[in-house]
Amino acid sequence: MSRENAVEVHQLTKKFGSFTAVDQVSFIIPKGEIFGLLGPNGAGKTTTIRMLCGILLPTAGEARVLGFDVARQAEEVKKRIGYMSQKFALYSDLTVFENLDFYAHLYGVPREKYKARLESLIEMAGLRGHEKERTTNLSGAWRQRLALACAIVHEPPMLFLDEPTAGVDPVSRREFWEMIYSLAGQDVSVLATTHYMDEAEFCNVIGMMYDARLIALNDPDSLKSDLRGVLLEVDCESPGQAEKIATGLPGVIEVALHGVLLHVTVEKETPQQTLKDTLASAGITVRRMEPVPPSLEDVFISLVEAESRPRLREEIE
Amino acid sequence: MSFAIECNLLTKRYPSQKESSPAIEAISIQIPEGKLYGLVGPDGAGKTSLIRILASVMEPSSGSARLAGFDLHRQAEKARKSIGYMPQAFSLYPDLTVLENIRFFADLNGVPKARRKERVAELLDFARLTEFTSRRSENLSGGMRKKLALACALIHEPKILLLDEPTTGVDPVSRRELWHLLSRIVQQGVTVMISSPYMDEAERCHTVGVLNQGHLLISGPPSELEARLPFQIIEVEARPRRTLRDVVVASQDVLAWHAVGDRLRLAVADPLEAQQRLAASLDQAGATTSILRQARPTMEDVFIHLVENRGGGA
Repeated sequence: MSRENAVEVHQLTKKFGSFTAVDQVSFIIPKGEIFGLLGPNGAGKTTTIRMLCGILLPTAGEARVLGFDVARQAEEVKKRIGYMSQKFALYSDLTVFENLDFYAHLYGVPREKYKARLESLIEMAGLRGHEKERTTNLSGAWRQRLALACAIVHEPPMLFLDEPTAGVDPVSRREFWEMIYSLAGQDVSVLATTHYMDEAEFCNVIGMMYDARLIALNDPDSLKSDLRGVLLEVDCESPGQAEKIATGLPGVIEVALHGVLLHVTVEKETPQQTLKDTLASAGITVRRMEPVPPSLEDVFISLVEAESRPRLREEIE
Repeated sequence: MSFAIECNLLTKRYPSQKESSPAIEAISIQIPEGKLYGLVGPDGAGKTSLIRILASVMEPSSGSARLAGFDLHRQAEKARKSIGYMPQAFSLYPDLTVLENIRFFADLNGVPKARRKERVAELLDFARLTEFTSRRSENLSGGMRKKLALACALIHEPKILLLDEPTTGVDPVSRRELWHLLSRIVQQGVTVMISSPYMDEAERCHTVGVLNQGHLLISGPPSELEARLPFQIIEVEARPRRTLRDVVVASQDVLAWHAVGDRLRLAVADPLEAQQRLAASLDQAGATTSILRQARPTMEDVFIHLVENRGGGA
């Protein structure tokens, strides 16, 4: 294992009876990187994270976290990682300070470090002045920051986040990711799972999981630029009618209503003016037509469609 | 001009809020027929309270509302016939099948027997649930449940559809499918109000209202709200990351910035000059720049700008 990698996963597989939850997944996370594992519910994200945390034994393949084999050295792994799950494991009848104190003891934070560590975590999480508040009275965003503080009380060099910002507003979400970045700046490596594609934009590298397999692995920009064609966003009169007209035009790959807008994917060399002219000649006024960067959701949907088409064919035959 | 949804100074104060600020305060909105209105804001902003009042399942503390021309206080029964409402929580009977649920909602909403069969078939086809009619709703996936709830809300062919966070907790494939269905409903002329915590969904609406701490901070077409921002956005990505941050922090051009993955999004007054100066500074600092370009402002930029300039209180 390279000293530069926090996580190395090779052909990792988990079967429950005849059901394959994780199928030959391989990836690496270099030190200090933020890796996002994306996919719908049931794709195998949580099973993967559990194997990497040393909680669940792999059926086949191997994984090393911080140099330790997750199957044979699970205890070594557990000591060195931080884990924050969607259902923040906080004691709701304890205060902010009591929760931190509890986790500090659980992870055996040395006595001489203890006070300074808790102080710095309260500062980082912006919980100064709220130390004596009961956790149950905190808003979602504050509970989330407290859960993060508890997960890193022992200064783990590797942090696992399972759907960390579900239900948190954009402002608090940015603040949360700012904290994650500052950790990454101190060489902490992060693996975060999510099914919110906009959250994935915050990661340096992304693995997309679907149906137990890793179907893409790259940085967000490369994933987007690998998409076929150019995505045009069209704001026009009667988008429903425009959708019918645009479908099947030469050079048009895909047309879909996008709320009150129309999304048209065209081949890279197709002149946009042709589409505009065709719509105009049908009496449809185009107020705006411009290429927009595809979202990670666009990337994911297109990959899933490419995956499921041949499989459907297999099933039919 | 006639509005499908019109409310005037709606305020809701729950009994537990006697002392503190109300759940929603003095909300006035006018939505013309056939429009898609997006209500965005964080948890606890008051989205659910507002939608519940408009769906006439809850009375406001003060203020008034008219839906499809009917006053919700005096003509609630008439208004309800024109309203389809999809609450955020699972509203179906888990031990009934897909078909039984739809039929139940048809009877509840007084869909005439003669029309019922045809309408149920239409909706099953529309929501692509035809193959699952005999499956119990408790055994449906999350995405299919949402589609079934949507079909049930549409059973009486309402002119107005009120949707409370239909895409929260839904996986990306189902989210995409739900939006395709919603887009079709709007094309059929139905007026739709949808609430969402996701700013990217706001971009797809005719009009967006931003709700925070019970107040409507702003409303308008997304492109207008974005254009009204007092700054423009540029994106930059360079290595080493540390150097990039140092350059950005030191730059006189940058009014505010935040990271999105390896990219930094910067708010600047003059994007062209800022790009030139940043390119030079990055070069001087020995950084390798991979991205430096102007980017479109988004509804997320609008939201953050509004909320941060309020200083947290409101």
